[in-house]
Amino acid sequence: MNFYGIRAIYHFEMARTFRTLAESVAAPVLTTSLYFIVFGKAIGSRMGDIDSISYGAFIIPGLVMLSLLNESISNASFGIYMPKWAGTIYELLSAPVSWIEVLLGYVGAAATKSVMLGLLILGTARFFVPYEIAHPVWMIGFLLLTAVTFSLFGFIIGLWADSFQKLQVIPMLIVTPLTFLGGAFYSINMLPPLWQKISLFNPVVYLVSGFRWSFYGIADVNLAVSIGMTLGFLLVCLTFVWWVFRSGYKIRR
Amino acid sequence: MHIPPSVTANADSAAPIISVRGVNKTYAGGFQALKNINLDIRRGEIFALLGPNGAGKTTLISIICGIVKASAGGIIADGHDIGRDYRAARSAIGLVPQELHTDAFESVWATVTFSRGLFGKPPNPAYLEKLLRDLSLWDKRGEKILALSGGMKRRVLIAKALSHEPTILFLDEPSAGVDVELRHDMWRMVRELRAQGTTIILTTHYIEEAEDMADRIGVISKGELIVVEDKAVLMRKLGKKQLTLILRQPLTELPTELSAWALAISDDGHSLVYSFDTQKEETGIAELLRALSAHGIEFKDLRSSESSLEDIFVSLVHQPKESQA
Repeated sequence: MNFYGIRAIYHFEMARTFRTLAESVAAPVLTTSLYFIVFGKAIGSRMGDIDSISYGAFIIPGLVMLSLLNESISNASFGIYMPKWAGTIYELLSAPVSWIEVLLGYVGAAATKSVMLGLLILGTARFFVPYEIAHPVWMIGFLLLTAVTFSLFGFIIGLWADSFQKLQVIPMLIVTPLTFLGGAFYSINMLPPLWQKISLFNPVVYLVSGFRWSFYGIADVNLAVSIGMTLGFLLVCLTFVWWVFRSGYKIRR
Repeated sequence: MHIPPSVTANADSAAPIISVRGVNKTYAGGFQALKNINLDIRRGEIFALLGPNGAGKTTLISIICGIVKASAGGIIADGHDIGRDYRAARSAIGLVPQELHTDAFESVWATVTFSRGLFGKPPNPAYLEKLLRDLSLWDKRGEKILALSGGMKRRVLIAKALSHEPTILFLDEPSAGVDVELRHDMWRMVRELRAQGTTIILTTHYIEEAEDMADRIGVISKGELIVVEDKAVLMRKLGKKQLTLILRQPLTELPTELSAWALAISDDGHSLVYSFDTQKEETGIAELLRALSAHGIEFKDLRSSESSLEDIFVSLVHQPKESQA
């Protein structure tokens, strides 16, 4: 195992975050704060409780998950796309590092950044809404699992993309709509039966539901199913990345 | 510049440090970039790979370094198969690419530290400091690469390639776009590295540099390695000498009796050029001068010249394959 190689990639990526602290941290925190003000305070004050939880508190797990997904994808996709774009990928390809080491470096850094951001948003939420975390260990577990899984997904997008436009297209056209329709702002039990069934095809529903359970002990879907679906997606992403490195698709001619 | 000796404990110093066997490369579009390349690079030599644009030089280097996958064939680098034992093989190799690919927003120190770590080496600030000082980069270590000149960026790429103390260094067109001063600095550094045991493989468009620097020359054309030879032997074998005679009276055509000699009249008719093979025992000059005198062709001056490596290179890549050495 090339530990120095993993550490070099990890440090390199983390240094990029701290160099662009305003874009990396301030912007998502500000955006989430606006969500809390608009949905939590302004609109939320006119909404009734959901499962005995105030609307402001109810949307916290969903909002954290929204940022976590976007940040994980954008951090990891940008991390691997930049060397491709700048041409410095030659160094990665000619280095004595395996695909798993490359993943540990890039995905590890992207997941670290998004977990840090998720915790920061949770801290920010305290300023707007009082909330409790019923299962803190599970909460951290979900946070880590989701961050790693979607960083891996972002890494795949970064490998696939050959332009900055393509880098944005999947997060904008697929991930963001799925997140908004994934129960971040509502319980899927509030939907008509047909839409409840359709929602079950949305993977984000399982993430938000599991994460919300760790806060309030309530879930739209069974906890085991949430964990299973997330792990399943993780496995699919891992298999795809393994195939990419083995075949050289989009990276090694 | 401190570079560890290339002769490692488990490596046979007589064995080639790089052995390329039957390597073919056909790109996805169907273009065949390399055709059955067989090549041995000797430990500790400077090997110059020459060839016109698109000949396959960069493809060959990229395959050895792991950037491009070969369609067929095998490569051993420093005693390790580049596929099965890629870690050991790649650890021995440093690459300075042709293009100035750099992390624009990183500092010089950060990017060199990154490269060393990426290649699995523990931190060694003293070594990196010496490396940067040798490349006149120490004063720039805190600057972003974005702010550096093209020449300085080229130095950064060299520093990155040497940061993990490789025993094999690839320089892909290192002189492209650099000024004379940097070029001289670079070649001084290459000589120092070779003196310390590093094997250097370079491609260049500046053939006079290959002529000046290389121990051996390989010429690649249209994906085929058409000649690999010691530089001195190549120039002796393929080099031609020319004798130019400046005539007192211009000639329009040669007497038929002189057709036995390889003579050419200049466009203005004022000089005769005689080409002869340096390998032959008899150059035929004495007989030629006697024959010219017998035909009343007088000359007022004469000079001789020898083929440069560039002349040899041009003749090699343009002549039909079957007539190549």
